Parts: sequence; C-alpha cells; structure tokens
Amino acid sequence: MKFKPLLSLAAAALMFTAGWSPAFAEKLVISNWDGYMPKDMAEKFKAATGIDLEIAVHATNEEIMGKVTASGGEGYDVLFVSSPFAEALNNLGLLAPIDHAKIPNLANLYPEANELKHDPGNAFSVPYTWGTTGLCYRSDLVKSAPTSWNDLLTPADDLKGKITMLSTDRWLMAAGFLADGLSVNTTDQADLDKVRDQLISAKRNLLAYDDTTFYSKLVSGEALMVQAWDGWCNYGITDQPQIKYVIPKEGSDLWADTMVITKASKNPEAAAKFIDFVLNADNGKWVVENIMYKSPNKAGMEAVDKSLFEKYPNMAITPAELLKYEQLRDLGNGMKAFSKTVSEVMAAK
Amino acid sequence: MNSRYATWLLMLPGLLWLGLLLVVPCLLVFALIFFERGIYGGIDWQAPTFENVTRAFDPLYLAIFLDSGIIAGIATLIALLVGYPAAYAIAKSPASRQTALLFLAILPFWTNYLIRTYAWIVLLNPVGLINSLLMGLGLRSQPLALLYNKPAVVLGLVYSYTPFVILAIYSALQRLDPSYGEASRDLGASAFQTFLRITLPLTAPGVAAGGVFVFVLSIGNFVTPDLLGGGKFQMVGNLIYDQFLSARDWPFGAALSALLIGLMMLLLFAQAIASLRARGDHARA
Amino acid sequence: MRALNCWLIAVYGFLYLPIAVLMVLSFNRTGMPTAWGGFSLEWYGKLVENPKIIGAAWNSLVVAVWATAISSVLGTLLALGVERSRPSASREALLFAPMIVPDIVLAIALLSFFTLIKFTLGLRSIVMAHVVFNLAFVCAVVRARLKSYDWSLNEASRDLGATAFTTFFRITLPLIGPSVLAGALLAFTLSIDEFIIAYFTAGAGQSSTTLPMQIYAMIRFGVTPEINAMATVVMGVSFVMLFAAQRLNKGRLPGA
Repeated sequence: MKFKPLLSLAAAALMFTAGWSPAFAEKLVISNWDGYMPKDMAEKFKAATGIDLEIAVHATNEEIMGKVTASGGEGYDVLFVSSPFAEALNNLGLLAPIDHAKIPNLANLYPEANELKHDPGNAFSVPYTWGTTGLCYRSDLVKSAPTSWNDLLTPADDLKGKITMLSTDRWLMAAGFLADGLSVNTTDQADLDKVRDQLISAKRNLLAYDDTTFYSKLVSGEALMVQAWDGWCNYGITDQPQIKYVIPKEGSDLWADTMVITKASKNPEAAAKFIDFVLNADNGKWVVENIMYKSPNKAGMEAVDKSLFEKYPNMAITPAELLKYEQLRDLGNGMKAFSKTVSEVMAAK
Repeated sequence: MNSRYATWLLMLPGLLWLGLLLVVPCLLVFALIFFERGIYGGIDWQAPTFENVTRAFDPLYLAIFLDSGIIAGIATLIALLVGYPAAYAIAKSPASRQTALLFLAILPFWTNYLIRTYAWIVLLNPVGLINSLLMGLGLRSQPLALLYNKPAVVLGLVYSYTPFVILAIYSALQRLDPSYGEASRDLGASAFQTFLRITLPLTAPGVAAGGVFVFVLSIGNFVTPDLLGGGKFQMVGNLIYDQFLSARDWPFGAALSALLIGLMMLLLFAQAIASLRARGDHARA
Repeated sequence: MRALNCWLIAVYGFLYLPIAVLMVLSFNRTGMPTAWGGFSLEWYGKLVENPKIIGAAWNSLVVAVWATAISSVLGTLLALGVERSRPSASREALLFAPMIVPDIVLAIALLSFFTLIKFTLGLRSIVMAHVVFNLAFVCAVVRARLKSYDWSLNEASRDLGATAFTTFFRITLPLIGPSVLAGALLAFTLSIDEFIIAYFTAGAGQSSTTLPMQIYAMIRFGVTPEINAMATVVMGVSFVMLFAAQRLNKGRLPGA
C-alpha cells in the first residue's frame, strides 16, 4: 500500500467505503504478538498450501482474551496465547479440539511437550515456546550473585532502588509464592495475605514494575537485578555480555505460549494446516534463533547452532528440567481473592 | 417554525447517536453488575446478587479512587495554570496567526501517546538526558529521582492534556469583546482587576470545560501511571482496566465503573449548582 | 503582553521537548536512546519497507478524519440545541457520560453490542465508536463559546427576513467558527491516537488495524526506532501542511 499523506479527503472517503466490504471467507486469520513469527510467514505458508494468511497482532494476552470473550472469537481462526489463557478460553467453550491426525508435525515436539498440565495430550492447545522465570542481573555490578527469590524481595543494600519486578499480576505474585515454597497457583487467603505483606515491603525497594523494557534498564545500568522471563534476559545479554540469568534455588514457574484454534473458525482444516506448518523444523529453528526462547520443537532445537547455547546458557535448560516446575493455571473462583490481593499490593504506599 | 421543535431537531442526531451507541451498549455491561463472575471469567447467570456493589465500596477501592482523584486534581490545576495564559496569548495574537498557533499547540499530540511517553523516559531516567546534563555540569553528584514517582505521573498527565485546556479556553476567549476591557479600564480599574472581574468570569465556561477534560482523562488514564509511575501507583483507570482484562471479572469491573461514573456525576452537578448560585449572587449584586 | 508571549513560547517548548527527543533518536544509527552512534537514515528505510506500519497509519488517518467530520457536525448542532433549550439534568448527564465512561467499558460494551446485532466489524465500526466520545468533547468546547453568544443577533437577522439557514451560515457559524475548529482539533487528536476502543471494535486482521494498535503490539520489546521515524514523518507532514495552509489562507478562518 502506498502512503500519500497529501491525498484529499475525497480519497479518504473512497478508502473508507472500500473498507466496508466484509473480509473473504476463505482467508485464514491468526492473531499473534508482533515479531513472534518469521516476517515472511504469510508468503511461505501461501506458497506451501495455497491458503491466504492474514496476520493480526495483539499486545497482550489480556487484550485478545477480552476481545474473543466479548465477540465469541468471530473472525479469528488461530490465536497465540499463554497457557493459562488457553485453558480459560477452552473452559469457556471458545476453542475447537486439536485434531492430531491433521497435524503430522506434532511428531517434531519433545515427548515432554505432551505432558503440560494445563492440557495433557495437547487436546486444545499446541505449545509454541516455553521457558522459566527467574532473576536477570548485572554480574559486573552486583556485590554478590543472587541465588534466591528472597534476594529480590529483601535485597542487599547495594540493590535497593535498582530492582524491577514483572508487572503482570500472575508473575508478580509468583515471586512471593516461590520464595515461600508455595504453589504458584495459591488462592488460600492466609497465604495470599502473607505474600501480600512481603510484596508490599519489597515494593519500597523497587525502581519500578516493568514487563516490557526491564532488560534495557539492565543494559543502561538503571537497574542491577530484574525479575525476568529467560528469553527476555537473553536480549539483555546480546547488548551486555555481563548480564546473567539464574533460576533461584526455590525454583521457577514453567510458562508456555501456545497455539489454539477458535470454535468460531470457519476453516478449521486450514487452521490445522497452519499449525502443522508452524511446527516444521525450520520455523522451530527460527523461534530459537530470533526470539531466543526455548522451543518445545525438538527438530527445531536440534537444528540450531550449538554456540548459541554457550552464549545464552538458559537456552540449554532441558525439557525434563522444565517439567519439574509448576505451570501457572487458570485460577477459577480463586481469581477474586487473588485479584484483590494484587490491588492491595498496587495501592500500598 | 416552532423554536422548541427546532432545538429538538438540532439535538436529535447527536442524542440518537449517543442513545444507540452509548446508552444501549453500556446498559448491556452495567446489567452484569447484578450477576456473579463465572468460574472461568464468563458470567454466572444463575445467581443474581448485590455482592459486586458492596465489594466496590470496600475501603481499599475507595482509597484508590481518592488517591487518583488527588493526582488528577493536581494535574488539572497545573494544566489550567499552564494553559490559561497560553490560550490568552493565542487569543490576543493577530487574527491571521491564531489558527496556526492553535494547530501548533496540538500537533505534537498527533504522534503516538506511548512514544511520547517513552521520550519522557529517555529525558527523565537516572542515566537520561536531564540527569546527564545536570551531572555533566557538576550541578549534581547523584542523579535526581525524576522518574517512577507521583510527580512524574503528574508531569505526564499535565503534558498530555494541557493542549486540551488551551483549546477549550481559547474557544471561550476568542471573540471576547475588547470593549469590555476598555470600558473597565476607562472606569479606573487596574489591568489585574479588569482581568479578575471581567475576563476571568467571561472565560469561566472555557476553564470549566478544560478542567473537566483534564480531570476525567487523567483519572481514567492507565498508561502514564504504568510507564512514568513505574506501575507503583494505581489510577482508577488501571483498577478498572485490570478488573476487566486481568481478573476477567466483568461484573465487578462494571460495578467499579458505575461507582466512578456516579461520583463524577455528583461532582459535575455540585459544580453546576455552585456556579448557578454564584451567577445568581452576581445578578443580585 | 511580552511576558505572555514568553510564556507561550515556553509552553510550546515544553510541548515539543519529547518530540525533539524522538526526532533525534529516529536519526540515531544505533537506535538506542543511550548512545549516539552517528546520523543515519536507516530507520526511515526500515519504515518504508514496513507496509504494516504505513497501512496502519493510513487506517488511523481515515478513522480520524471521518470521526472528526461526523462528530464536529453532530456535536455543534447538539451544542446549539442544548444552549437554546431549557436546562435538563438528564441531558447534561448524557452529554457528560461519554467523557467519563472508562474506555475499556465502552470498548467491551460496543463489541458485545456489535456482535449481538451481527454488525460487521471494520474501520466503519471504529468510526462509529469514536464519534461517541468525540461528540461529547466537541459539544463541550462549542458550548463554552455559546455561553457568551449574543442570541439577539439571530433574532435581528430573522427580523430582517433571513431564513434560519441563512442566519446560521451568515451569522452563527462565522461567530462560533473558531470554537468549532477547536472542537474538531480536539476530536481529531483524541481519535488518531485512541487505542483500546479501536482495538475492540476493529475487525480481525490488518485491514482495520490502526497505528496505535500496531504500535502497542510492536512496543512489547521496547520502542523500535522505526516508530520514532514514523512519528517524525507525521510531524514533518503536519508542519508542511500547516505552513502551506497558512500561506494559502493567510490564516483566515472560514467566514472570519
């Protein structure tokens, strides 16, 4: 499309009228985070299958979830969402089952990728990436390397005011749950209250809550230690090799981003073909090399140059090790108590 | 033509638009207040309840309303103080330049809110431009904490909404009859007295409109507290956004929204009654 | 007067400060805010190669132009009607509501409503949604002007035999023109940068993705310099158009 800013209002009118016609029914529409797939995915998929692919973008799980809940998912065929959201969408009856017979490339996945607790056997979701949440820090500027979640919650003096925690509520609370040896899906009121108090006292030593630019704060030296997803810590390592990632001794959560097919999809066959295409070894390799996340795609992981694992040690975490950690799950009726606790932390001075 | 009929005809398209695309859809959402959140985030239609209403009056949420009301109030006051003289200067400038000056004030806001906010972060952060400058000049040995606090949030809100104040006040100031001011001065009033007794009351509707814009947009803002406040302060906007999208508790989100709307309407009517009374006193005097 | 003009210049300085920062960053080779890596047009090249950003910018412009046009007309008419009729508390509430209903509520409400009546989502539904809040802002700005409007002018015009239409176009509109313009500018500004309502009322896919939606998605990994380049282009084009218009009209407002 050409951009001619000086075009008159009349041209705008024309465009607008043109935009009125509904989209073609044959087209496959997916929604994904921006930059989370190869740029030429639509062309490659079209060349391989002859199916037109339209790619919409969402900024967060919460947004696409809200939109799909309010509209029933009309217009979308495949969504990329994190596992607790896939689970909730399925429980709301908004997802179609995954037909394994139509997705032969499922064989490319590690056997462990079939054992994710939110969806054992991948009945309604197919994992795309997975990893851990831990501490990312400047090894050249901290006095002693962190080993525990308590190093984040009750930091040493040299770290005070130079720490960030993730602002997404589930991971924010997970830091406290893990420090106390609790499940990351805790909804018991007494436990929530205990973690709330810990997080409120931790808040006084925070630079900020941040889940988008924390790694660049490390690079610039604004922050010395941040709660981080492993893949994002790798972006920091790229710019500043002194940045290191550690899973605290109390453990991590296992997060997984997944692909799901909407029940509203008018073309589930094509949707299955798309998921199959994404699961080929080439695309799996692309994810690891470009997003710097671990992929549950064995064929893809094995195709990657091994030097990458030396530069970014967290990429070498094995699937077996990942499965030791607990996944964030949809909290069901526990969500009310959980969300009130988060509000209490946020409102505290 | 009957003039009452004519005024209704003028209002009809706008009121219809609001009726169909604001009132009806919002009633769909506000009806949810009287139901429970379903286990997975949908609606449990089985059990009508008043629980969401009582939950909304929890001191926790009222404190958030109060805190963000204060932040929005401070931002409004500063934006008015910054914007009023600017609007006045525009209105007093040669007629041939006014439109251009007005455009100039609003142009920066045609770029994206997020990138403007990130630009502020580049300026204000501990290793950012302003701190580097201060330390480079030897004026400070330690960086100033300019970011991730309440003043930063207020700055972001003032920055974003000052142009709206300028537009609203300019709208009321423009065509202000200069003969009023001349008459006042002829009668021996000082420039300041003239401003206080003549200009300010005449522009009060513009000040009120601009103030309302800043206040309502600030209290509902959820991006600035996250980015410039480092997520450490919640505005009502954040709270409601999170209830709908993170907690996926639409009934409770709707209850909090209804509370917000109710409180703002009360403020509006209190202000309207106060200004009517002031006008009444004025007329009697 | 002099102090007043100095203040105005200072206010413009404040308004343009972050814009200057992002413009400079758009020419920074490294693209990082932390270090200057030399002058480069690389990010503009990247921008030209990114049809998504440019398409989204075009969609935003289309939405904003339509939403502004519709809301300026409806909002002005509404203001004229309201200021000439007896005060009504419920009408005041209705006109205030679009400003205070949280964005996310309007977003979810409209999406649910459009889904219910099976209205096809796209740029059109975004425009319809934006007019809802724009209408209230335009109406409020025009009303601020009408409070000091001398209605006897209209009566005089009528007494002289002018029709209601003639009176409106020859008397009223010229007098309130600047406030209609101020209202329209406000509406355009709110609409071109609105994110959450647009996201919910947009159809699935690129054809109704607006620039804020694209930017919110891209910014997940921090600001990419192409977006700074886009903002710089927007500013540049706006300036050129403003300058050209100023030259052509000598600053005259319609009817002024």
